[in-house]
Amino acid sequence: MNSFSRRRVLRGVVGGSAVTVGLPLLNCFLNGNGTALANGAPMPVRFATWYWALGMQKKIFVPKTVGANYDLPEELQPLKDVKQHINVYSDFDVLRDSSAAVCHYTGWVALRCGAVPKGRGDLPSPSLDVYVAQKIGTGTRFPALYATATGNPTNSYSFRGPNALNPSVASPLELYNQVFGADFQDPNTPVFTPNPRVMVKRSVLSGVLEQAKDLERNLGSEDRARMDQYFTGLRDLERQLAGQLEKPRPIAACRAPTKPAEIPVGLPWERIALRHKLMTEILQMAVVCDQTRVVNMVGSSQEATKEGVAQAHHNTTHEEPVDEALGYQPLTSFFTRRAMDNWAQFVGAFANAKEGDGTVLDNMLIYADSDQSYARVHGLDGLPMFTAGRAGGRLKTGIHVNGAHTPGSRVGYTALRTMGVDMEAWGAQSNRTSKEVGEVVV
Amino acid sequence: MRRLTNVAMIIGAACYLVSCSDAPTSHLNQQVSPTSSAASTARMRLMSQDEYAYAIGDLFGPDVEVTQTIPRAPRVTGLLAVGTGVAAVTPSMVERFHRDSHLIAEQVVGKARREFLVPCKPAGISAADAACADKFITTVGRRLFRRPLSEAEHKSMVQAAGEGAVRLKDFYAGLSFTLAGMISSPQFMLLTETTEVDPHNARRQRLTGYAKAQRLSLFFWDSIPDEQLLRAAERGDLHTERGVAQQIDRLVNSPQLERGVRAFFSDMLAFETFADVAKDNVIYPAFTQATVPEAKEQALRMIAHHLVAERGDYRELFTSRKTFVTPNLAILMGIIAPGPGWSEYEIPQSSQRVGLLSQVGFTSLYAHPGRSSPTRRGKAIRELVLCQKVPDPPANVDFSGFEDPRGKMNTARDRLTAHATNPVCAGCHKITDPIGLSLENFDGAGQFRTTEGDAAIDPSGTLDGVAFNTPEGLGKALHDSPALTSCLVSRLYSFALAKAPGANEKDYLETLRAKFAGAGYRVPDLMRMISNDAAFFALAAAPTTVAGVTP
Repeated sequence: MNSFSRRRVLRGVVGGSAVTVGLPLLNCFLNGNGTALANGAPMPVRFATWYWALGMQKKIFVPKTVGANYDLPEELQPLKDVKQHINVYSDFDVLRDSSAAVCHYTGWVALRCGAVPKGRGDLPSPSLDVYVAQKIGTGTRFPALYATATGNPTNSYSFRGPNALNPSVASPLELYNQVFGADFQDPNTPVFTPNPRVMVKRSVLSGVLEQAKDLERNLGSEDRARMDQYFTGLRDLERQLAGQLEKPRPIAACRAPTKPAEIPVGLPWERIALRHKLMTEILQMAVVCDQTRVVNMVGSSQEATKEGVAQAHHNTTHEEPVDEALGYQPLTSFFTRRAMDNWAQFVGAFANAKEGDGTVLDNMLIYADSDQSYARVHGLDGLPMFTAGRAGGRLKTGIHVNGAHTPGSRVGYTALRTMGVDMEAWGAQSNRTSKEVGEVVV
Repeated sequence: MRRLTNVAMIIGAACYLVSCSDAPTSHLNQQVSPTSSAASTARMRLMSQDEYAYAIGDLFGPDVEVTQTIPRAPRVTGLLAVGTGVAAVTPSMVERFHRDSHLIAEQVVGKARREFLVPCKPAGISAADAACADKFITTVGRRLFRRPLSEAEHKSMVQAAGEGAVRLKDFYAGLSFTLAGMISSPQFMLLTETTEVDPHNARRQRLTGYAKAQRLSLFFWDSIPDEQLLRAAERGDLHTERGVAQQIDRLVNSPQLERGVRAFFSDMLAFETFADVAKDNVIYPAFTQATVPEAKEQALRMIAHHLVAERGDYRELFTSRKTFVTPNLAILMGIIAPGPGWSEYEIPQSSQRVGLLSQVGFTSLYAHPGRSSPTRRGKAIRELVLCQKVPDPPANVDFSGFEDPRGKMNTARDRLTAHATNPVCAGCHKITDPIGLSLENFDGAGQFRTTEGDAAIDPSGTLDGVAFNTPEGLGKALHDSPALTSCLVSRLYSFALAKAPGANEKDYLETLRAKFAGAGYRVPDLMRMISNDAAFFALAAAPTTVAGVTP
């Protein structure tokens, strides 16, 4: 961004008439090699989170070999085509300290924010993606996107703090409309004309912000903080609209995906897979088109069903006997494998998106985790996690790391540091850490 | 979207903007005046989705399409309503509010409705008209913000409408964008309250009349105040006992009371989770996605009919044989539908489907996609209906003892009896399962059955020492349980004030419960008692810390 500030340009445009103007670019073109932006700045590194429910069965999930070229046990077989992009983290724990473990809750909360909740509903501090979005998400149309393949908008593992879950978009069609609906500006349009409707929207919004400030005067401190959150949202929106008045940088690979059909609610695994596929295509293109640099995806549900089977996934983890011949719970594993199909699809989508002389995944870090390890006993020891992508060369990939029962928050801390969030330490009590997972850091 | 004729739209629109409510007033002489220190602070809470939809519908007509805009608040001390008082508004939510507000505004000033909803015609359609914009913004803004606009707000909006009209060369486009701005503003979306110096005690603050009007309309109507309530606030009527009583009479006798009652029970019984219900279509082919909203509506119709239309005893909701059916529900209930659409239906004495909890709604909601769940049903009854806390299951339990590799556990009772062998599990399952097992005659789709697989179902159960062996017996035990009515009183009070009852309000709630009993356990009367008491409008904030504001 040169010294010609966005706001200065915007003021000029909004104050004047709607004409075709040459505006300073948000970013410049790529350099000749496609390895960096033309002005020499490195390619932007993007971030994603991905979640799956009910963990795994260690015997058929955790690779036997540690380090590079790890083996793929049965439950990880779906990853065979993307294994080289993925790091597997085993034997990392969530330490409860004095808090009671809340089933299907404590695990993911602690991994996402580095602190165990006091009880169900408690979200002690912002999740890691929120810090990352604050760091890298302010220059794009959406600071972050939130999606779930479960059809339920309350299924989100991203939160800004107590009572502030970031709700997910639960339908592929709605996600499409959010990103590629009427307000989407094709960056490859040859002639750019600022949309006068956007100008009016922004002008009205500025008035709303100005007038709403008076509301704060009469509020107590907690309500004032909540009102401030509203203002933050309005300012983000104002910035988003301002961005739409600038000519976007051309991105050759950007193509709006096909508008998906509405999918009914319900959790048959096939329906979750379909939602996941459609949403992944939209999120992939949202990143490619630089509409956002942070995406959050919920890839499976603990209530997933298989046609004709009375028990949903969660019931099976507790009620299904361990098959004596196989040595594991086969139906439970079926659901885990379907979740891993989705995980492979998510990673593959970014691995297949070309960018410069590499792929988007080369310039991306995806963090993935679950709520339990061995769901049958609500285990919090050895919670499985993954990362994918080289984050612009900052991380190695294709490695299995055994955490030797150190805090799982180390993986989240590594992600935060990798994404440039400057924290000396992260988390609380026993889960607080300042130790990255050195095995994967370049 | 429904289409209305022009005549209907004219009548409808006239009602929406200038209020046609003219309900008769009457007194039931059952006002409660307990000596109480119960109080609430001035509050700010996020509007709920239903409040949002009703507000838009009341103002612009029910045919204006409203999308699902506001996410569920967290459930706090048993109610989403309490959660709206702590729910944060994240940037992604504001973005959604903004997007959806434009969809509404486009409909309101669109060609099909502008004639009825914009109270004037601009001098020219492609230019600004400050006088006409002023008229629209003043009228609509007062309703949306539940108070007159401040001078600065008013000036800003009229100016924005004018600038928009000039830039877009379209008066209505300017108005549309301005209306969208108002609908997505914190003034509309956050239900804030204003206070002023109490003229009877200059050291104290009190709610303004407008804030009182808002509390009343949200409680009784699940919506923003109508013009009559705002006028009563403007005149100062809501600072007098007579004025408040008059408005309560009007509210409690209005047709919209049903909305308030439905809103409360939807919240108390966690009916928002119907949105997540889907049944396995192989196991329950008769329960399709079309059945889900009907199952919910059946429960709400039963509640509204019994409590509002018939002014019935709350306890009898659990033993009532009067319900409502559709052809879809009739299939699940094993009866022949009396007709297309909704029909009232008297459950025969030979049927075990007695009371609210035996209907398709409750039994399918608190179940799994492919089977029933005595634990979920028992937990819901304990926590939602009786206000008793069931602890979370413990972690690190070895479930191997409950497995059934040899297939000997034929029924839910067999499986849950196995749980009782583990002392860690038994504590909670003893609280939930004896209640839930008595509803085992209803499968996960709410269909009556006498066997599970090949095994006969034993529906016997107990509730706090009272034994029964039919769903009807459970209904009677609930009817006679003191916890049933004390829970309702506590929850309704909490809902009215969007806050958890304080420990110092125990005596007040007990007094209220006794009055509720004296009034024959009629819920509209209880709503009247709660609202017609100083506690309903009280403030607990220190007077010196709250700046007085009168818009």
